[in-house]
Amino acid sequence: MAIKKKITKKAVKRPVKTTAKKSATKKKVVKAKTLKSSPVASLIELIKTTSAVLPDDVQKVILEALHREEKNTTAEYAMNIIKANIELAKKKSQPLCQDTGTVLFYISHPIGFDQNKFSSYIHTAVVKSTELGFLRQNSVDSLTGENSGMNVGPGHPSIHYHQHKKKTVEVKLMLKGGGCENVGAQYSLPHTPLDAGRDLNGVRKVILDAVHKAQGKGCGPGVLGICIGGDRGAGYIESKEQLLRRLDDTNSNKELAELEEEIVQTSNKLGIGPMGFGGKTTLLGCKISALNRLPASFFVSISYMCWAYRRQGIELGDKNQIKKWLY
Amino acid sequence: MKKLNYPFTHEQVKELKVGDMVLITGKLFTGRDAVHKRLHDGEKPPVDLNNQIIYHCGPVILQDKKTKEYKVTAAGPTTSIREEPYQADVMKDYGIVGVIGKGGMGPKTLAGCKNYGCVYFHAIGGAAQILAERINSVDAVHWLDLGSPEAIWELSVTDFPVVVTMDAHGNSLHADVFASSEAALKNVL
Repeated sequence: MAIKKKITKKAVKRPVKTTAKKSATKKKVVKAKTLKSSPVASLIELIKTTSAVLPDDVQKVILEALHREEKNTTAEYAMNIIKANIELAKKKSQPLCQDTGTVLFYISHPIGFDQNKFSSYIHTAVVKSTELGFLRQNSVDSLTGENSGMNVGPGHPSIHYHQHKKKTVEVKLMLKGGGCENVGAQYSLPHTPLDAGRDLNGVRKVILDAVHKAQGKGCGPGVLGICIGGDRGAGYIESKEQLLRRLDDTNSNKELAELEEEIVQTSNKLGIGPMGFGGKTTLLGCKISALNRLPASFFVSISYMCWAYRRQGIELGDKNQIKKWLY
Repeated sequence: MKKLNYPFTHEQVKELKVGDMVLITGKLFTGRDAVHKRLHDGEKPPVDLNNQIIYHCGPVILQDKKTKEYKVTAAGPTTSIREEPYQADVMKDYGIVGVIGKGGMGPKTLAGCKNYGCVYFHAIGGAAQILAERINSVDAVHWLDLGSPEAIWELSVTDFPVVVTMDAHGNSLHADVFASSEAALKNVL
């Protein structure tokens, strides 16, 4: 930890010194340089885009769902409004859904990266994005009920760092609304009411039960992120990270790939449909992974994502500009 | 497609049936968790809610720094079931004709709809831009101390698109779909 900090400090100091030489008013130039090379502008752009534009893989399955519904039904009506909403939000560059949700950042970075500094940039970008209306004032003190109006506070925004072997910094962002977060579930197997044992068939049973219970409330058709195993905390974190996968990818584990496919097909036969109005599409996708567990525990953690599946990502360039969009 | 125009009456909404697609024109009052709790706790509402519609919604509102005018930039429905403990009493005590939300509500509210001549309208969850576009103006705000998403925003709307999923005659689409999907679930477990 100590070594890592040292390296980062050096790396940050260097460009500051070079710039300072060029000017007599050292302080001002340093400030300007920091601003120019800080990733705040790129982060604001990421937040704005994530809030307003659904990624292509999500739009594709929504259109497929629309075409699947029978004509002149409330299900088709709902899907048509959803489609129009996606187009309008993109055109106006405004929040697709008013619940801009928990602001979840996932950062993959090389060794020697200054997490503290990056977190402060994220905070600045989140506050600015709230002022600009890309994010709703969505952070409430759980004890006093007070809304900070800024979207920052204990736990907000939610920032997750992962060190990777590459030299690049990749920032993924997910905005997860409260309606779908509320229908997430965690089961402990064996689960007697469903006769669900400690095997993949038991896992399947509790997942389908969660889909049934989520009807209407989670803004379906939705997408499931699931973790089998882990402790309670790790399971939920992993289940959310499954939602970072592209919808059109294939699980490298054959058994899980089959289960993912089967859950979507079976759920779509339950007749729950868009918004729970009844209809042919209940789920748009399902992503599952497994963590090791203790002999005594067998958790299945399920995160439900609404159709307004807002996730995006950027790779930062050497000047912290957006070099590449990740979805 | 049916139309419901302001001023609303209990007689008008009693004619609506589950499955009706309705375009609402007139006035809506937003009210969600904190508002319902306050009303239920007996605090006097800051506006007369008689014959009005409450919209379960926490909008994104921006205030123009110069003119101080409010503008809605996103306004989809929030999940209604959280108001289940309060909704029927709010129907009884304040004379509303209906609520707009998403996800439907439970038996207590369904009984409330029947007893007090109210309807539950389902707006399309997440469709915040389409719905915000149907809002012509923000006419007033009350109880802003609850925070912007929880305050009562008085909105004028034109052709606000909703589906009746619980009517004043004891019918609930949510109860029907829950039962049929539960039966289907049993077959695949």
